[in-house]
This record gives sequence, C-alpha cells and structure tokens, in this order.
Amino acid sequence: MYTQGLDQQGKTENRRDSLETPERLEAFQARIDAEEKIEAKDWMPEAYRRTLIRQISQHAHSEIIGMQPEGNWLTRAPSLKRKAILLAKVQDEAGHGLYLYGAAETLGISRDRMVADLLSGKAKYSSIFNYPTLNWADIGAIGWLVDGAAIMNQIPLCRCSYGPYARAMVRICKEESFHQRQGFEIMHVMANGSEDQKAMAQDALNRWWWPSLMMFGPSDKDSKHSAQSMAWKIKRFSNDELRQKFVDVTVPQADFLGLTVPDPDLRFDETSGHYCYGEIDWQEFHDVIAGNGPCNRQRMETRRRAQDDGAWVREAARAYAAKHAAKAA
Amino acid sequence: MTNQEWPLYEVFIRTRSGLSHRHAGSVHAPDDQMALDHARDTYTRRNEGVSIWVVRSDRIVASDPAESSALFEPAEDKIYRHPTFYEIPEGVENL
Repeated sequence: MYTQGLDQQGKTENRRDSLETPERLEAFQARIDAEEKIEAKDWMPEAYRRTLIRQISQHAHSEIIGMQPEGNWLTRAPSLKRKAILLAKVQDEAGHGLYLYGAAETLGISRDRMVADLLSGKAKYSSIFNYPTLNWADIGAIGWLVDGAAIMNQIPLCRCSYGPYARAMVRICKEESFHQRQGFEIMHVMANGSEDQKAMAQDALNRWWWPSLMMFGPSDKDSKHSAQSMAWKIKRFSNDELRQKFVDVTVPQADFLGLTVPDPDLRFDETSGHYCYGEIDWQEFHDVIAGNGPCNRQRMETRRRAQDDGAWVREAARAYAAKHAAKAA
Repeated sequence: MTNQEWPLYEVFIRTRSGLSHRHAGSVHAPDDQMALDHARDTYTRRNEGVSIWVVRSDRIVASDPAESSALFEPAEDKIYRHPTFYEIPEGVENL
C-alpha cells in the first residue's frame, strides 16, 4: 500500500494518465469482467476511485465510531471474563478501522483528510451506531445481530475488485466470526437465565432488530449507488438480497433462543423458501442518517474529544522521534 | 493538520518460521520502533506472526504497472527457459 510514493510522484504524471478515453475505460471494464483485481497504482477511472474512497472510508469510520456503544459497557461487564472478551472485541473494531483506513489511503487520500471529514460531519458512518446500549443484553444483541448483518455485507466484499480492500476484508471477516458468536452466547445465557434476564434479552432484540435490517441500506429501488458498483464488482449482491439472507438465517436463531422477533408481519413463505418481513420504517433510517438519531451528537462529540485529548500524545511522539533522529545524525 | 501526519510504514509479517515475510498492510508511526509496536497491535492480535518487518512506504521503489508489459517483455519469448520446451524420447526415465 504505497500511498505516499503515489502521492508524490503522481502530481505531474497523473494529468496525462487520468484522461479517460473510451479505450482506457473499456480496457478497465474488461479487466473487471475477467475478475482481475485492480491494484493501487493501476489506472482506474476517477469515479471508481471516488466510489471506493467514499465506501472504504465510511466503512472505516463505522468501525471507529462502532467502538463507542460497546465501550459504554467495558467498565460494567458482568464478569471479568465478559470484560476481557468485550475489550478484545472493541480492540478488534479499532484494528478493522485501521486496516480500512490503510486500504483507502492506497487510493491517494490521506488519513488526516479522512479523519477531518469524519469530525466535520462531511463523511458518514453506519446508522446503527447511533443507537444507545441500554442494558447488558444489548452487547449480546450487537454481536449477534449487528455483527451478523455486517458479516453478511462483508463476505462478498472479500471478492471486491479492488485488491487492497478485498484483502482487508478477508482479515476482517476472519475476526468478525468471534464477534458474532460471543454475542449469540451472551443472548443464549440470558435467554436461559432468570425471568428478568430473559426480559432484558427480549428488550434488546426488540430495539436492535429493525436498525439491524436498516444496516443493509435503502431498498434496491431507492439505492443510488448500486448499479455502477455492481458493474465494477465493488458490490456483488443488492441491498435487498443481503437483507433477505440475513433475515433467513437469523429468524431460526431467534426461535432457538426462545425470543420473539418484533415483526407482526413476519412469516415463512413455503413457496419461495424465504421469510417475508414487514415494512421497514425508512423515515427513521433517513432521520438517523441525517444526524437525528438518538446518539448522533453524543458519538461525534466523543470522537472529537478523543481527537483533541490525544493531540498532545501525537505531538510528543513526533517530538521524541525528531529528537532521536537529530541525535543519530 | 495534514503535514503533521505520522509517516506511513508498510508491514510485512512472517507467519511462522520457514515462510517468507508477506505484506500485511500499513500503519502510521512517528518512528521505526513505534511502527513495529503499532504493526504488532494491528496485525498480530491472534498470533499471526513470529517476525515483523516495517519499512517507510516512501522508501519503497516500485515498478509502474503502466509500464509492466515493456518491463517484463524480455522474458516473454524465452520459452526455452522452461523444462517443458524440451522433447525427451519416450522410455527415458528420471529426467
């Protein structure tokens, strides 16, 4: 991921190379169609680069903001074992953010630029992280449902046409499986616990079910980025296809837990072999995306404060490095 | 803000002895030692490695993909470098 080199030498050359002639575009699409991977320094259309930067950086921001809802329970986990597990999971989310920032940087955007775009509100992150974690079972529900939905989304991304993104996703998917299973285990323990614990598990499912379905994004008929992303093999399945897969695998798991999915319209359709589910509240989805979810402001404030509070550490590390470099010279 | 960004390092991991180091990704760090520490925290949280190399990304010299056909052209017409080029009569063994 040779970003900096790319930044520096690209300046003059790039202008000549970036001419998007029909021949170039056609050759590029032919490589995609032949399932060839595109690598960082390869020629690519500007729109392909921009789409990837938007998607990968949003994905990275989601991992970073995603540490907050769970971080909320680190000091209140019910046992040392659960605390150690949760800490490892939150560290993984930080790691996933870093893999993804690294992959986005290969496209010629700097880390600082991405961080600045997140903090200014210009860049988005997944709507799911704007919901609060009110009881311990929420940590179970997040692992089971939110990470479960993320895995559905992410497994096809391992075959994405852009090499650095695909490789980062392979690494991430390996680690997500632990996240989902630890979440299901929490739900299983609580669903088989006291009446109060079972009620907490049901309450968590009630609050996380619909936001989890929204994680797959707008319905296919309203999804503005889908068609081109499919043609470029950045995306392999449509939002609705992935959402359906998620519902199909998750409903039997809820049955196993003895919990009720909060959807009165949910039913198994014998002819299609799929579960039919009720209408998603798209108004809520758009409100949360627009910044008006239950925790949007809190999440951004926490992130900005972390950035500001860490400034002296970054500066001290730079000063230390400069001092030692001077000594060595 | 931008010019204060820590330099970028490429990370290479040897997953176990006997294998070569392989590119894993990149990290930002203010100096070499912290690049190693960050690489460990980022890429080996599950014992994925027994050895790490880090190198400043701007020190890597890379070939240009746009020139790759010219760069590798000399090898293209030298099929006699492959064992399958040679015809061996039937019945000859261990060759």
